[in-house]
Amino acid sequence: MPDLIQMRGIDKSFPGVRALRSLDFNLRAGEVHALMGENGAGKSTLMKILSGVYQPDAGVIEVDGVARRISGPRAAQDLGISIIHQELMLMRDLTVAQNIFIGREKRNMFGVLDEAWLNNAAAEIFAQMKVNIDPRAIVMDLSVAQAQMVEIAKALSYKSRALIMDEPTAALNAREVGELFAIMQRLKAEGVGIVYISHRMDEIKQISDRVTVMRDGAYVGTVPAADTPIGQIIAMMVGREIGDARPIVPNLDAAPKALEVRNLSRGRAVRDVSFDLKKGEILGFAGLMGAGRTEVARLIFGADKADSGTIAVNGQAARITSPKQAVALGIGYLSEDRKHLGLALGMDVRANVGLASMARFIDVLGRIDEAGLSDAAQDYIARLGIRTPSDSQEVRLLSGGNQQKVVIAKWLLRDCDILIFDEPTRGIDVGAKAEIYTLIQALAADGKAIIVISSELPEVLRLSHRIAVMCEGRLTGILPAEASQEEIMALATQRDSHTGDAA
Amino acid sequence: MSETQAPPAPETSATKPKDGIGSIGQKFLAFGSLIALIVVFSFLSENFRTIGNMMNILQATSVIGVLAISATIIIITGGIDLSVGTAMTFTAVTAGMLLTWLQLPIPVGVAGAILMGALTGLASGLFITKMRIPPFIATLGMMLVLKGLSLILTGTKPIYFNDSPGFTSIAQGSLVGQLLPAFPLPNGVLVLFIVAGLIAYILNRTVLGRYTYALGSNEEAARLSGVNVDAWKMGIYALAGAVTGVAGVLIAARLNSAQPALGQGYELEAIAAVVIGGTSLAGGRGTILGTLIGALIMSVMTNGLRILSVAPEWQIVATGAIIIGAVYADMLRKK
Repeated sequence: MPDLIQMRGIDKSFPGVRALRSLDFNLRAGEVHALMGENGAGKSTLMKILSGVYQPDAGVIEVDGVARRISGPRAAQDLGISIIHQELMLMRDLTVAQNIFIGREKRNMFGVLDEAWLNNAAAEIFAQMKVNIDPRAIVMDLSVAQAQMVEIAKALSYKSRALIMDEPTAALNAREVGELFAIMQRLKAEGVGIVYISHRMDEIKQISDRVTVMRDGAYVGTVPAADTPIGQIIAMMVGREIGDARPIVPNLDAAPKALEVRNLSRGRAVRDVSFDLKKGEILGFAGLMGAGRTEVARLIFGADKADSGTIAVNGQAARITSPKQAVALGIGYLSEDRKHLGLALGMDVRANVGLASMARFIDVLGRIDEAGLSDAAQDYIARLGIRTPSDSQEVRLLSGGNQQKVVIAKWLLRDCDILIFDEPTRGIDVGAKAEIYTLIQALAADGKAIIVISSELPEVLRLSHRIAVMCEGRLTGILPAEASQEEIMALATQRDSHTGDAA
Repeated sequence: MSETQAPPAPETSATKPKDGIGSIGQKFLAFGSLIALIVVFSFLSENFRTIGNMMNILQATSVIGVLAISATIIIITGGIDLSVGTAMTFTAVTAGMLLTWLQLPIPVGVAGAILMGALTGLASGLFITKMRIPPFIATLGMMLVLKGLSLILTGTKPIYFNDSPGFTSIAQGSLVGQLLPAFPLPNGVLVLFIVAGLIAYILNRTVLGRYTYALGSNEEAARLSGVNVDAWKMGIYALAGAVTGVAGVLIAARLNSAQPALGQGYELEAIAAVVIGGTSLAGGRGTILGTLIGALIMSVMTNGLRILSVAPEWQIVATGAIIIGAVYADMLRKK
C-alpha cells in the first residue's frame, strides 16, 4: 500500500534564499511523524507547500500513490490535507463557530446563513475534543490557548486524512497539551496521519512514532522516535561544524557592571529573568524562536512595559519606561528588523548615522550642520570600514552587512555604552558576517557592554563570553563560553510544565 | 457581530479578560451622544423640538445616510471608497438619461441607476483585486473618472425630471403620512430605513456579509481557509455600489434633477458618519445601526446650530470637532 503522502525532491527558493533542497518526506496513515530542525531549517516552508500555500519550484507530491498538484489551500483541503499554522490564523472579530467554518458555511440558495447549524456543529467538535469553548464567543475575547484550540477544532472539522500541526503547543499549558495529545491519539486510531512540528523533545518522545530531521533546507534523516536517544536527535539537528572559532574570554573580574537585571517579568513572555552584564563583556542570548529573548531586550530598552523587576545601569537603579530614556542612559538596541526599525532606507548614510544624535548637529534655528554631520559620518565610515562610495549614498543601495554597520555607527555616535544586537547577521552573507563579528569583538575590547541575541548557535558560540539560554520566557541557564551546542539545546528545550498555569 | 474594539493585544499576553460591557458601551456612547444633542437643542430652542423639524432632520439624513451605508460596507472590509460621492452623481445622471432623454418608465430609470452603481463598484473591485491597486488609489481614480464622465455626458448642464411626474415622490412624498397623518415620514427616509434593514440583514445573516467582516478581520486567514477572496471582494464592492446607486436616485428625486457638478465632498461626509458611528477604519467591525446614528448626529448638529442661528462656517467647524471627539472618546473607552 502506498504511503498517505509522499513528497520527493522538493525544491523551493525565495529571493536570495534557497529554502528547500531536494527534500523527501513521507507520511503514513495512522502515524504521528515529528518534523524537527533548528529555526530556519525549512520545516514550515515544506509544510506550507504540502498545504498549498506555496508552490514548489521542483519535486513531486503523491497522495495515495497518485501524483498531485496542490494549487492552493482549497485543493489541499479537497485532498484531505489540512494545517494548523504556526502563527494563529483566525479572524479576531468573528465568532468561534464562524471561524471554524469559514469558507464552508451552511447556507440556503439566497446565501442566508444557518447560524444555529454552525454553532451546533462547532459545539459537537468541541465535545469530541472535550474542550469547553462557547462557539458564539468572539475570538478576540479568547485566551491564546483557547484560540489555539479553535485552530485545532477548525482543522478537525475538515475531517482531514493528513493533519499538519506547526508548533501547536507553543501557547498551551501542561493540561491542555495532555488534552491535545489525547485528541491526537484518537485521530491516529482512526487512521489520520499527523505531521507534528515542535521543538520540545519531551513531547516528541511522548507522542510521535517517527522523527524526520531537517537542516538548512535539506533532509538529514528519519529515525524511530522510541529507540532514538534525544542526544542523537539534537546532534542531527545541529550537525554543522563550527570550527574552533571560539572567543578569547577576557578577564572581567575587575570590570564594573554595566547592567544588572533582576526578576524581570512581563506576562508569559518574560518570566523572572535576572542577569548581569559587565563592561567589555559579550553576553550571548540563545534560545528557540519565541523563547522571549527579543522581549527581554525590548523591556531593557523601554519599548515594552515590565510587569515587575528592576534594572540598574552602571550601578544606578534605573526606571526605563521609554526608548528615549534608554538611549539617554546609553543603551542602544539594534533591531532584528533592521530595514523597518533601524534605518531610513531612502536617506543617505550621513543622515542615518546622525539620526539619533540630531540635537548635536542643529543650530538654534533648526538648521542642520551638514559639514559637521558629514565629518562624523566619514569618521565612522573609516572606523567601521563601511563600504560606500560616499556619505551621501542612499542606505538602501548598500549591502546588508554595510547597512548593519551604519546602524552600529548610529548608536556609537549617540555614545551608547550598552549595545543590544538582535540577530545582528540576519540576511547578511557569510563574508560580511565575519566582519560584523570582528567589529562586535572590537567594541567589547573597547569597553562596551554587549548583548547578542541570535538564533544561530555557531554565532552565539563564536562571539559570547557567556551564554544565557532562554526557554518559554524563563532564563534556563547561563553557560560559559566553552559550552557545547548540545548543552545549549538541552537548556533551550527544557520545558517547565509546572509554570504553565491555565491561560 | 462584534462591537468591541480592543487595541491589538500583544502576542505575548496570555489572557485577555474582556467584558461584555464594551459592546454595550459603544452603542451607548454614540446613541447617548445623539440623545444628549437632541435634548440640549430641544432645551435651547422650541423650534427645534417640533415634529416638522424632526422630519427635516431625517430628510436631510436620507441621502448621506444611504451613502454612509455604502461606505460602511467597504470600510468593514478594511478598504475605503472615495468615489461614493461622484458615483452617486453618476448614477443620478444615469437615471436622468434613461428617464428624461430616453423617456423610459420610472422603474427602469431607478433600476438602471442602481445597476450602474453596482457596475462602478465592480470596476473599483476589479482594480483592487485583479490589478492590486490599493483601495484608496483605485477609488480616488474612480472618483475623478466618474466626476468627469458625469460632466461630459450632460454637457455640464443639469438634467431635469419634469417629464417623469412622480419621480420626485421617491424622496419627497410620504407613504407613511397617508396612513398616519400625524407622522409624515418622508419617503426618502423610508428608503433609508429599508436600505439599512436590508444591508444589516445581508451583513449579519448571509455569506456575503460574513466574508465582508472576515476580509476586514484577517484577509490572509480567509484566503488560507479556501475562501475565494478576490471574487467575494468584487461582489462586496458591487453591493456597495448598488447602495450608492440608491443614494443617486434619492438625491435626483429630492432635487428633481441630476446635477452633474454635485457629489464631490459627499464621500468625506459619508466616511465621517461611519467613523462617528464607531466603525473601525482598520476593518473587521462596524454596524449599520452605528452608521445611522453617526449620520443622525451630524444632521442634528447641523440642524440645531442653524436653528440657533450659528453661522454656517461654525457648523463646519463643529462637524470636524465631532469627528475628532467621537473617535477620541471611543479610544478612551477602549483603554
